[in-house]
Amino acid sequence: MATVWIPSLMRELTEGRQTVEVEGSTVRQVIRNLEVAFPGIRARLCTGDELATHINVAVDGIVTRMGMLERVQPDSEVHFLPAVSGG
Amino acid sequence: MVTTARPRTAPKTNGNNANGNGKKNGKNGNATGVLTGSNIVLTNGEYNVVGTRPVRHDGMDKVTGRAIYGADVKLPGLLHGKILRSPHAHARIKGIDTSKAAALPGVKAIVTGADIATGEDRVIDLGEGSGNVKWMRENILADAKVLYKGHAIAGVAATSALIAEQALKLIEVDYEPLPAVTEVRAAMRPDAPLLHDGLTTASLGKKTKKKSNVAKHFQFVLGDPDKGFKQADIVVEREVDTATVHQGYIEPQNGTAMWGQDGNLTVWCSTQGAFAARDQLSEILDLPVSRIKVIPTEIGGGFGGKINVYTEPVAALLSRKTGRPVKVLMSRADVLQATGPTPGSYVRVKMGATKDGRIIAAEAEIAFEAGGYPGSPVGAAAECVFSPYDIPNGRIDGYDVVVNKPRSSPYRAPGATQAAFATEQVVDELAQKLGMDPVDFRLRNAAKEGTRRIDGPVFKRIGCVEVLEATKRHAHYQAPLGGPNRGRGVAIGYWFNIGLPSSVAIHVNDDGTVHLVEGSTDIGGTRASIAMQAAEVLGLTAHEVRPSVVDTDSIGFTGVTGGSRTTYATGYAAIEAARDVVRQMSERAALLWEVEPENVGFKDGTFSAGRKKLAFKELAGKLGKTGGPVTGRGNVDPKGQGGAFATNIVDVEVDLETGKTQILRFTVVQDAGKAIHPSYVEGQMQGGAVQGIGWALNEEYWMNARGEMTNASLLDYRMPTSYDLPMIDTVIVEVPNPGHPFGVRGVGEVPIVPPPAAIANAIAAAIGTRLYTLPMNPGAILEATGVI
Repeated sequence: MATVWIPSLMRELTEGRQTVEVEGSTVRQVIRNLEVAFPGIRARLCTGDELATHINVAVDGIVTRMGMLERVQPDSEVHFLPAVSGG
Repeated sequence: MVTTARPRTAPKTNGNNANGNGKKNGKNGNATGVLTGSNIVLTNGEYNVVGTRPVRHDGMDKVTGRAIYGADVKLPGLLHGKILRSPHAHARIKGIDTSKAAALPGVKAIVTGADIATGEDRVIDLGEGSGNVKWMRENILADAKVLYKGHAIAGVAATSALIAEQALKLIEVDYEPLPAVTEVRAAMRPDAPLLHDGLTTASLGKKTKKKSNVAKHFQFVLGDPDKGFKQADIVVEREVDTATVHQGYIEPQNGTAMWGQDGNLTVWCSTQGAFAARDQLSEILDLPVSRIKVIPTEIGGGFGGKINVYTEPVAALLSRKTGRPVKVLMSRADVLQATGPTPGSYVRVKMGATKDGRIIAAEAEIAFEAGGYPGSPVGAAAECVFSPYDIPNGRIDGYDVVVNKPRSSPYRAPGATQAAFATEQVVDELAQKLGMDPVDFRLRNAAKEGTRRIDGPVFKRIGCVEVLEATKRHAHYQAPLGGPNRGRGVAIGYWFNIGLPSSVAIHVNDDGTVHLVEGSTDIGGTRASIAMQAAEVLGLTAHEVRPSVVDTDSIGFTGVTGGSRTTYATGYAAIEAARDVVRQMSERAALLWEVEPENVGFKDGTFSAGRKKLAFKELAGKLGKTGGPVTGRGNVDPKGQGGAFATNIVDVEVDLETGKTQILRFTVVQDAGKAIHPSYVEGQMQGGAVQGIGWALNEEYWMNARGEMTNASLLDYRMPTSYDLPMIDTVIVEVPNPGHPFGVRGVGEVPIVPPPAAIANAIAAAIGTRLYTLPMNPGAILEATGVI
């Protein structure tokens, strides 16, 4: 199962847990399964069927623009980060 | 068979000195000894083209003045546009009367916020960063309120710039002035004047109901920071404030628009990203992207400040009204007062270390001034603030705060410089208290492959240790200071760099040269650095690849020239396009030789199958009779960008009577992954250092009590000149990025991260007193030393 790092301000939804193990071969599936285990978390991460624009997802340390479509491996780490920009 | 890019020689570490003549680097220094010389390259392997220093393709046009910039655009029937700007930092607009201005002979059209539909309160992806449509539109032409002095209110098109200017004076705006707040900590107070009636604080999707200027709060926590601080033997906590500063590009913003009778809009502008400009115009004007063509002109600097559009939508609206092309140029005062500066900030950093020199806990609170609308780079600051270090326990809080200043824009490693100014002073103090050499202390705690950052992700291959080791080895670090009131400082900075999509097409000419078509605005010599990567794959010289930067109709989507991404991502697209050319030409060779294409090899510019050989140029001359033209395509969205570290060693001398700080010597050490064109990497390192020096010592927005910028000219906004600067020496470290065929990392941004912190550490060493506020100008020095 993938390891999802829960943003600290969302840990109120995961009983304070920093990481949770979740099934899923895409970010979409991971979030879907997160929501089953911890109701309310999807609304914090998504707008409609997409990641919210203020959220970036990093899989195995790489921020990806594929968003919900990004592939996730069983040993992957998934992080949700605030979106940033460069100059 | 297509060969992949490999160095001609095995990776090695030696010192190479710049010669600037287009030939290989000469040797200078050695693998383990002291590094000497002005421009050192610690190379990881040599190629035929990559790593050499050819003259840039656009050099002749630029030095002879033939290059076309935005202000040079002239079209038949061109009208001149001017923009009326708010004299107030915060005011409600009760009414706008344009009748007198419209009656002035020569005035052809006037537009106000009423000409832009109210935008939806939704956020769109702009490729790099994002934008709220409602706020984007209100920033172009104010709606009900003005949120900073200089906020655009109306645009006028006239037959001359003088008439347009006169017309602005005839526009009557009825304002209700409101109290302004221009400083981040003041804006966060509960009793602060509120800029937006409906703004509440969002915390990763969770909205509070309390109205506030704090648009966003987020937090990263790793491990147990409270426990970590309890275990620490030494704890240092400091607060810093940094002033608002501007990117300071030489060429002001400009835009020329022609809205045709067919409903299609063509825009010429100075932009870091033609596609980003197109997409913003589409959202602001409610026009499909298919009806907008953006033609990027040459750009006189951007540094992040030319990603957002300002003049272009106003020119477009005026053109739509008049049916004629309209050009709008900004003045320097416009640029300073109405385009994105980088945020002023408040940063609190606390770090704890054990007696044996290990940092075991860190905490940061970072609040950024977003300007009139939310969207500061505080997220990036939070991701960079402790990234040079391996720290097991940490907490980082970030706040995005609106204030009555222009909407902030990215500026070279946006947010990282402010954060490093705090962290690197605290790290220096920890080293002093522990009695450790500051570089050794940083090395002891340096992040490396496998280190988990406090914001979560684990570093892949990075060059933090290698950069610090090169810093320690540099002759500068070991040289005597040689005088009183002198001090030496060091600091390190990190920037993660980005990827984003890029497209390149390569057309093969029958003389054996190729034309390379790209969508990346050329900043800092990227035509050359992209062409050189294609040349390396094709076995050509750099000048046998002729690069062109084209409009949005003529190439596939390409992200902005920003985020230190262009040589990495567009270079990657060029490599893919070149590989596509090789694949197609291998098929032509196979046709000529009556062999299978997979039996055709390509190496060093020659196709071969058994004893049969054809040079690239020879085969290019046979394309017409083997199936027609060959065009290679590369469309990429690479994910393997590699973060970069840079250090500075700086010597200063402080005049205790005047408070003036003189930079005596300055060295930048930076991991480039692979320097495609070392001269342009060195240029980025030096340029970033110069801007960082200005930020450290002089630059700031002087705001009066009414929230007005009072130094909106380059006479009063003090940027460094050549008289203020020594030669800035460079050391390029090459720790290859595994996510790029040649190992490229971004280079444009990280060199601005460490300078203010390194200079602060040097000043502290010189005068025995630390300064925690930027700029550290003579007045600040004299106050710190008790002279005034």
